[in-house]
Amino acid sequence: MERTAPVHYPFNRTDGLDLACPYREARGTPGLTRVRMNHGDAAWLATRYEDVRFVLGDRRFSRAAALTHDEPRQSDGRRSAGILAMDPPEHTRLRTLVAKAFTVRQVERLRPQVRALAGELLDAMEETGQPADLVEDYALPIPVFVICQLLGVPAADRPQFRVWSDSLLSTSPMTAGEFTAVRGELRDYMAGLVAEHRRAPQDDLMTALVNARDQDDRLSEEELIDLCVAVLVAGHETTATQLPNFVLTLLRHPDQLARLRSDPEAVPAAVEELMRFVPLGAGASAARYATEDVEVGGTLVLAGEPVLVSIGSANHDGGRFEDADRLDVARADTHHLGFGHGVHHCLGAPLARLELQEGLAALLARFPGLRLAGEIVWKDELLVRGPRSLPIGW
Amino acid sequence: MTAWHLAVDRDRCMGTGICAGTAPALFRLDGRHSAPVNDSIDPDESALDAADSCPAAAITVTARETVIGPRP
Repeated sequence: MERTAPVHYPFNRTDGLDLACPYREARGTPGLTRVRMNHGDAAWLATRYEDVRFVLGDRRFSRAAALTHDEPRQSDGRRSAGILAMDPPEHTRLRTLVAKAFTVRQVERLRPQVRALAGELLDAMEETGQPADLVEDYALPIPVFVICQLLGVPAADRPQFRVWSDSLLSTSPMTAGEFTAVRGELRDYMAGLVAEHRRAPQDDLMTALVNARDQDDRLSEEELIDLCVAVLVAGHETTATQLPNFVLTLLRHPDQLARLRSDPEAVPAAVEELMRFVPLGAGASAARYATEDVEVGGTLVLAGEPVLVSIGSANHDGGRFEDADRLDVARADTHHLGFGHGVHHCLGAPLARLELQEGLAALLARFPGLRLAGEIVWKDELLVRGPRSLPIGW
Repeated sequence: MTAWHLAVDRDRCMGTGICAGTAPALFRLDGRHSAPVNDSIDPDESALDAADSCPAAAITVTARETVIGPRP
C-alpha cells in the first residue's frame, strides 16, 4: 500500500469557526488522508460522514491502544487518560455508573431550573448594563452551575477549577510536566471533595459514585476521582463554548436568526442544525488505533495504525447533507455527528441539548436587538474553538 | 434457562450507536436506528449494560414479562 508523505494537521484556524478548505478536497479524494500532528505517530484522517461514523462505531478501532502508542497530538503533554482512553468492557463498567444521571428522562427534570437560571443571568446583565460578555456573564455560568449541582461540586470554586479546566483543554505552550502538574492539582481538589462526600453523603452523582466504590467495589479510587474530573470538565467547557458559537453564527446569518425569532418552537431543531454546522474542534483528536487490518473509505488501514476522524468535516459532507455548507435552522435531517458516535458518544448530550436550547431561547426572547458590541477575543486553545469573550449589546 | 427479550423503541432511539458498540453481538444499527440482532437471547449482562447506557432509554430488556433493564 502506498504511503504518501503526511500533510501537517490540524487544518483549521483558531480565530474563527470556519471549516478549513483542505477538508472539502479530502472528502472528494478517494481513500483517507495521511496527516501528521506536532507530536506522535503519523495518522490516517477520515473526513467523510460514512467513514467517520464507521470508525467511531466499530470495535476494531481502539481508544485504549492509544495508551501504548505514540498518540498523535498537538502538544507534548500526554492527554489520554480516563474513560475516553478505554474500550469495552472496562469502558462500559465505568460509563454505566454515570449514564443514568444523564438520560433524557433524568435531564428533562432540570429544565425548569435551567430556564430560571438563564432568566436570572439575563436580569443581572440588564441591571449591569451594556455591553455584557456573553461568555463570562451567561454561557459559562449556566453549565457550570448545573454540572456543579449535579455532581456535587461547590459552584463557588468556579474560579479555581476554571483555571485547571482551561489548562487541561489548552494546547498552548505547556510542557508535559506542566500538564501533569495541573492534572495533579485538579485530582487533589477532587479527592478532597470525594472525602467530604464520603463523610457526609449528599443527593448527588458523586455520592452515588462513592457508594458504587465503597459498597459494590465497581471502580477503583483513582477511577472514581478521574471520572468526577471528567464529568466536571467535559460537563461545562463544551457547552460554555458552543453557546457563544451558536449566537455568533446566528448573528452572521440574519435571515436564519429572523426565522428562529419568528418561531421560538423551532429552537430544538435549530440547536441540532447548529451542532451540525459549527465545527467546534480545531481538528480531530483522540485517535483510534486499528486492532486488525480494516478497510475504510478505500484505504486499507493496517493493524496498529491510528485513524483520526473529523466530525466537523463529516457534518459538512455534501454526500450526506443536502447543501451541507448552508445553515438552515429548519433542516429536517439533523442526524449529525456533533456529539460523536458509538461507545464514546457524548455522555452529557441530553444535558448539553437542554442547556443550549434554554440558553438560546431565553437570550433571543429577552433581547430582540441582540448585536455584537466589540472585538471578539478568540481562545487560543487547539481543542475547542470559540470566543474567550464575546461583547454583546441589545 | 429463561430467555430474555430485547426491544428497541424506534421513536425514542437517536442512533447514537452506544448499544451497538457496547454489545455488538446483541444490537446493530439498522440505518439510523438500533435494532436487536435477535429479539430473544440467553441471559447476558451486556444487554443490561446497553439498556443502562442508552441516553434515550430506548432499550427494554424483559424476562418472564418483567422488565429487568434498564436497571433502576
